[in-house]
Amino acid sequence: MNEQESLECRRLAHRARLHCLRMVHKGQSGHIGSMLSCAEILSVMYLRIMRNIKPDDADNPERDRLIFSKGHGGGALFATLAELGYFPKEWLDTYYQDAGKLSGHISHHINGVEFSTGSLGHGMPVAAGMAMVGYRAHKKHRIFCVVSDGDCNAGSTWEAIMLAGQHGWDNLTMIVDYNRLQALGRSEDVIDLEPLDVKLRDFGWAAKVVEDGHDVQQLEEVLSSVPLESGKPSAVICRTIKGKGVSFMEDNFNWHYGPVTAKQYEQAVAELNAKGL
Amino acid sequence: MRAAFNKELLAIAKKDPRVHMILADIGYGEIEGFANAFPERFINCGVAEQNMTGVACGVAMEGNIAITYSIANFPTLRCLEQIRNDVCYHNANVKIVIIGGGMAYGPLGISHHSTEDLAIMRALPNMVVIAPCDIPEAIEATRAMMAYKGPVYYRCGYKKEPNIYDSPVKFKIGRANIISDGSDATMIFAGTIGYNCKLAVEQLARDGVKCRLVSMHTVKPLDVETVKRAATETGAILTVEEHNICGGLGSAVAEALMDSGAGNIPFKRLALPDVNVTKIGSQKWLCDEYGLGVKHIVAAVKEILK
Repeated sequence: MNEQESLECRRLAHRARLHCLRMVHKGQSGHIGSMLSCAEILSVMYLRIMRNIKPDDADNPERDRLIFSKGHGGGALFATLAELGYFPKEWLDTYYQDAGKLSGHISHHINGVEFSTGSLGHGMPVAAGMAMVGYRAHKKHRIFCVVSDGDCNAGSTWEAIMLAGQHGWDNLTMIVDYNRLQALGRSEDVIDLEPLDVKLRDFGWAAKVVEDGHDVQQLEEVLSSVPLESGKPSAVICRTIKGKGVSFMEDNFNWHYGPVTAKQYEQAVAELNAKGL
Repeated sequence: MRAAFNKELLAIAKKDPRVHMILADIGYGEIEGFANAFPERFINCGVAEQNMTGVACGVAMEGNIAITYSIANFPTLRCLEQIRNDVCYHNANVKIVIIGGGMAYGPLGISHHSTEDLAIMRALPNMVVIAPCDIPEAIEATRAMMAYKGPVYYRCGYKKEPNIYDSPVKFKIGRANIISDGSDATMIFAGTIGYNCKLAVEQLARDGVKCRLVSMHTVKPLDVETVKRAATETGAILTVEEHNICGGLGSAVAEALMDSGAGNIPFKRLALPDVNVTKIGSQKWLCDEYGLGVKHIVAAVKEILK
């Protein structure tokens, strides 16, 4: 990826962050930390990795599919899709509001959203089913599933991991937005997933850790190399920071739920804009 | 009935390449035909019903018809949220098939009974709920289910169910079948308990009571017209189901009667009396013990006609 392409990824993530802050502030809703955590993952996926995706042809059978399992962070996916022209950006201002277009968890009723989620542990089984069908029919499209730390607490996620590993569906990639904070505390204090890459390899997956899940170069390098091993599903574990980009939200689990006041919103926007993207 | 279902499914799958079977390590002795004929359309997810249902949804989202299949309440209650959020919300073409509806697996105990399924499945938007009563009806129900686009719950029996119909079965989702006519009262049932109902109707005839017998094979969408006609034409209704008293067929019929203004008639629901089934025995014995025997059904009709 050249400097211009890298800049485009960073810009898309930056714009998505600004949208998310505005959406959460206007809607007085939560989950801003989870949204800011995956902005670069989504910008790199949609600008650099996924094939045959077009806003005006979102059902193209040859498209790569992205299941966004951490539905509570779906504001980031809505913002990314709006920036890419999947639906009018004005809809973002109706997020979480009466008669709004966009709900607090993502919905397939919105163009570009592959699958509705919201309760954790649902994305991976569905992604595995899609992967099985594509793999057996020798289709070229890939299935990606973005999961959270909380998703990795759910038994159903591991049921799907075991099944995909058993059958070697290498058209399937699980992307972990590994910010290591969940609703009630640090993941290491709730359910410590470490060493996650080792666990996944033990279940027949190939796994790589992206040390900085906000570095678009690092993300692109690993995500563009899937399948990491032929004959195995791939796990890309992205070390991220919950609330990334806003100093007082970073790595602070209070921003799993906390709504954003007007003053906090102004400060957050000023901080993001000061970064010069 | 399960053998008939599997045979019919296999015949449909031979003609329709969209048909997939998604299992959770249940089906020994029955599913091998499908698994051997169509290994590319078959997957055993292991003992993991949540994953089975999610995988089925993913398979269906790719333009296929996915069958999940297991014993009694395994493919419903364990994975209810997957059915609700994944299958029903996306209106995915998933068919949830249970083997051993009601207490068909009698002595295996409560873990293998399905006695709340009709209530819970019919509470889900987009879900069609079917409970065939005998093997001919089960075969026709299978064809109708597979031709229907969208989520269906299919409560299959177990084995060697006696026939209830005397004539060839016509089956349309949402349209009840009148097995035999009568003018004094109507007995509405769903599922294999229908055989006890048939015997009860025969006994009642010998006692001089002419009872209409209706197979309400589709519990949702309910055939409200047939319920209303039963009320106006026969003047009394008894519902019979091998299911808890809460929320199943009887509740659905009562709702239809009240909503349609036809509820001012003698009416009773015969069902399991909202207790855990702790006694041990065969399906027939358990039905007799828990108030669903032929004599109970006969007595219930006579009671509402007093």
